[in-house]
Amino acid sequence: MNVLITEYLRINLDTENYECRRCNKVLVSARENYKRGLLVYDRDPREIHKPLLDTSKYERTYSPNPQWCRILEYYCPQCGTMMEVEYVPPGHPPLHDIELDIDALKAQWKDRPEVKEVPTGPVPPRRGHHHHGHSH
Amino acid sequence: MNDILNKKALPKEEQALLDSFLADNRLFLGPDPEVMRNHSIAPRTAREDEILKKGMDVHQVHHIRGLINAALSEAFQMVNQMGAAPGAKWGDLVTGIFTNSGDLAMIAPHGIIAFAACCFYPIKFIIKYWVDDPTVGVKEGDGFIHNDARYGGVHNTDQSMMMPLFYKGELVCWLSSTIHEGENGACEPGGMPAAAESKYDEGIKMSPFKVVENFQLKRDLVTFLQNSVRDPKLQLEDMKVKLHAVMRLRDRIVAIMDQYGKDAVMGTLRSHLEDVEVEMRRRIKELPDGTTRVNAFMDSSLRENCIQKISLALTVKGDRMILDFRGSAPQFLNRAVNTNIASFKAALATGLLQNIWPDLPHTMAVLSPIEIVSDRNSILDAEGEMPQAMSLMPLFKACVIWTIPMNKLNYSLPHRYSAVIAQQYDQAATFIYGGLTQHGDITGNFCSDINGMGQGARSDADGEHSLSPVFGFMADSGEHEINEEDTPIVRLGAQRLAKDRIGFGKYRGGMGYEQIATMRNSPLWGFMTGCEGSLFSSAQGLFGGYSCPAYQLCKIKGINIFEELKKDPKIIDKWDMLSLMNEQPIPGGKYSSHDMGMTFELCQEGEIYMICQGSGGGYGDVLERDPQLVMKDLEEDLMSHDLARDIYKVVYDEKTLLVDEEATTVLRQAYRKERIARGKPFDAFCAEWVKPEPPAHLPYFGSWENLKEIYASSAGQRIKMDSDKLQGAFMLNPKDLQIAALEAKVAALSSQLDDCNKARK
Repeated sequence: MNVLITEYLRINLDTENYECRRCNKVLVSARENYKRGLLVYDRDPREIHKPLLDTSKYERTYSPNPQWCRILEYYCPQCGTMMEVEYVPPGHPPLHDIELDIDALKAQWKDRPEVKEVPTGPVPPRRGHHHHGHSH
Repeated sequence: MNDILNKKALPKEEQALLDSFLADNRLFLGPDPEVMRNHSIAPRTAREDEILKKGMDVHQVHHIRGLINAALSEAFQMVNQMGAAPGAKWGDLVTGIFTNSGDLAMIAPHGIIAFAACCFYPIKFIIKYWVDDPTVGVKEGDGFIHNDARYGGVHNTDQSMMMPLFYKGELVCWLSSTIHEGENGACEPGGMPAAAESKYDEGIKMSPFKVVENFQLKRDLVTFLQNSVRDPKLQLEDMKVKLHAVMRLRDRIVAIMDQYGKDAVMGTLRSHLEDVEVEMRRRIKELPDGTTRVNAFMDSSLRENCIQKISLALTVKGDRMILDFRGSAPQFLNRAVNTNIASFKAALATGLLQNIWPDLPHTMAVLSPIEIVSDRNSILDAEGEMPQAMSLMPLFKACVIWTIPMNKLNYSLPHRYSAVIAQQYDQAATFIYGGLTQHGDITGNFCSDINGMGQGARSDADGEHSLSPVFGFMADSGEHEINEEDTPIVRLGAQRLAKDRIGFGKYRGGMGYEQIATMRNSPLWGFMTGCEGSLFSSAQGLFGGYSCPAYQLCKIKGINIFEELKKDPKIIDKWDMLSLMNEQPIPGGKYSSHDMGMTFELCQEGEIYMICQGSGGGYGDVLERDPQLVMKDLEEDLMSHDLARDIYKVVYDEKTLLVDEEATTVLRQAYRKERIARGKPFDAFCAEWVKPEPPAHLPYFGSWENLKEIYASSAGQRIKMDSDKLQGAFMLNPKDLQIAALEAKVAALSSQLDDCNKARK
């Protein structure tokens, strides 16, 4: 039985491991921080949020300041999918962002059927293209 | 504030005497922690218990709820149509109904959730202090006003009208109407003074008091209030509007009671609250047990750049949910970006109802079962003396902060109540203004552009552009023509989506629009802006989606665009910020780019100020974005070609926008390999990356690794505090720092000059 945890992560309740949903790679024990099963890269934010104003004219250019803000990119070590990003000040400890009680999870899913595709939730109502009976 | 410290045990009678004496001789009825720190619904009253024990007809409850909803909606429409404040015109208001204990039961369907979720605090204050006070009292026809967030409320620009409803001699419920009024007589016009260095710079601070008797405004008090703000017309008009909307609401509720009896209404209000609380606990229980976490880093106090961390650990255990904000930044002694915990909770309720479970009824009962933990004297649980005029900064974070950790908890669920969504852009990106209008009136307020924040991307779709503010899903971005009729602001560019400013992802965030403004025909006019996120991205992506970029305020000063356009009507080819700033088409203009937080500044006729709304966070890996969606963004001119190639790695023909699918797959596969090659295993990475404390060059506020150790810079020195003994940080005046830096430079240059002169001799 697998429980889908994020777009890219699932927990295999039988083996108690985190697995990659794209390539099935077994990443790390579900009782650990899943990030320990991933690769990390310290990205200069200017490479993603590129300067949009002329850097020869202005200091502030819509790019985050690399002295203040770094992007930690987390990749699956087998397929290279970017599973998570984390914006942090330089040197800030990465966050243990998902810490589930695996025993409780097992008990909770004992009677639930496995979910293979994640539901997307109700579609918000949209304004229809109705006609007013007159032309504009 | 009203806590009695070091109480010694006394014999019962003496204790009762002492309690009674103290109750009768309270020096100052300040904000009451017993009221302000409790966000849960009150226990059933004996009357409510009696009514509910008799049993309610659920069909009738549903029917009455519908009637109350219609009445609230009608009162909302009245305020919306008649209100003078720009906020009222575009939906920044609410009408609400409360039980006779003061618990918020229902709000108008389109109303601002937080306003009403804050109003139960002042109503509970009135119930506790004024009902039995012989000099005040609460009776039929009374109305109470309030704006100080320390007694409840989001911030001091919002003014409420609260009215008790008596039916056949019994206090059945309370009714309210709240508007973001704007101007409130603060040290800067417009009601949200980032320059406030103490609570006494914040303008008028109304504790809850009676301003209506026999359904009429008391003219002496209205005059006092008008005399305290820059816009006496606005003050009077909206007090009347709110009063009459509440009176109409009262008529409707009375009519419901005439038909069904007061027990039916009281029972409906109470059962509505209890049912919602039960449903909340049921939903919490569905979630997996465990803890998910998120950090937010705010980068400005609106006076200087500094990092303020908001730390959230969200824990579910059975049907308990705990939001733990310990480890967040400490309060500022002399900066306006603090909030009190009651306002913070109201913003959390908003976030829950706007982004997480929007299908739940909009009542305070949604927050009632949730436990909220914070460090006292932190930026989100500041004490009463701290300035909090720009509490919007932490409050907007509260509206979006639990989007990420909640999605990490509820992604697994077999059933979903709403979309999986990244964070909405969360900055107050609008012009706040003040000065003399073309009609000769003094005014101060803000523009409705605040209502166009880009929504976060979803697990199955791009985010909606410029959808709404984080605090109100139905608020509208307004008509600039109306604003131009009322004020000397002239829009040179508006509602053009901010190209290339994108929260990238498999699905991208909804983008924000540009706002280009100037002033014409006023002898004295100025603007301010109150946003952070100019150095550190604000809206976070989800599951590998990137955050929004940083955003700037741009100016073209020293010109008069109206004169330039007279000389050459075609001088500006395209009214977009990037072209104006990069091409600099107006000769002689002083072009500059800044942080998006600017205290009030005078604008001369024809000078140009430019900001934009931001993008929501992206969702998922950029390499999974459908190349056709990338082409669509190009077709719609939302994005430049270099980003399509560099970020999304799509191979296509720039002229025809035809995608080479095969080459794209190869390129993306190669890029995945590049990632694997450059990534380091987590533990090895952390061994190099993690530093024991914040870098010396960063003015950093909040915990680092250990949530119990809080860093701050106070009076220019880094300090470290225990989280349970937080003190406010004192910030030096940025102008003093600038003067000191310039003096040092002058001294160094003088010394060099002396050396030169000596050498010449």
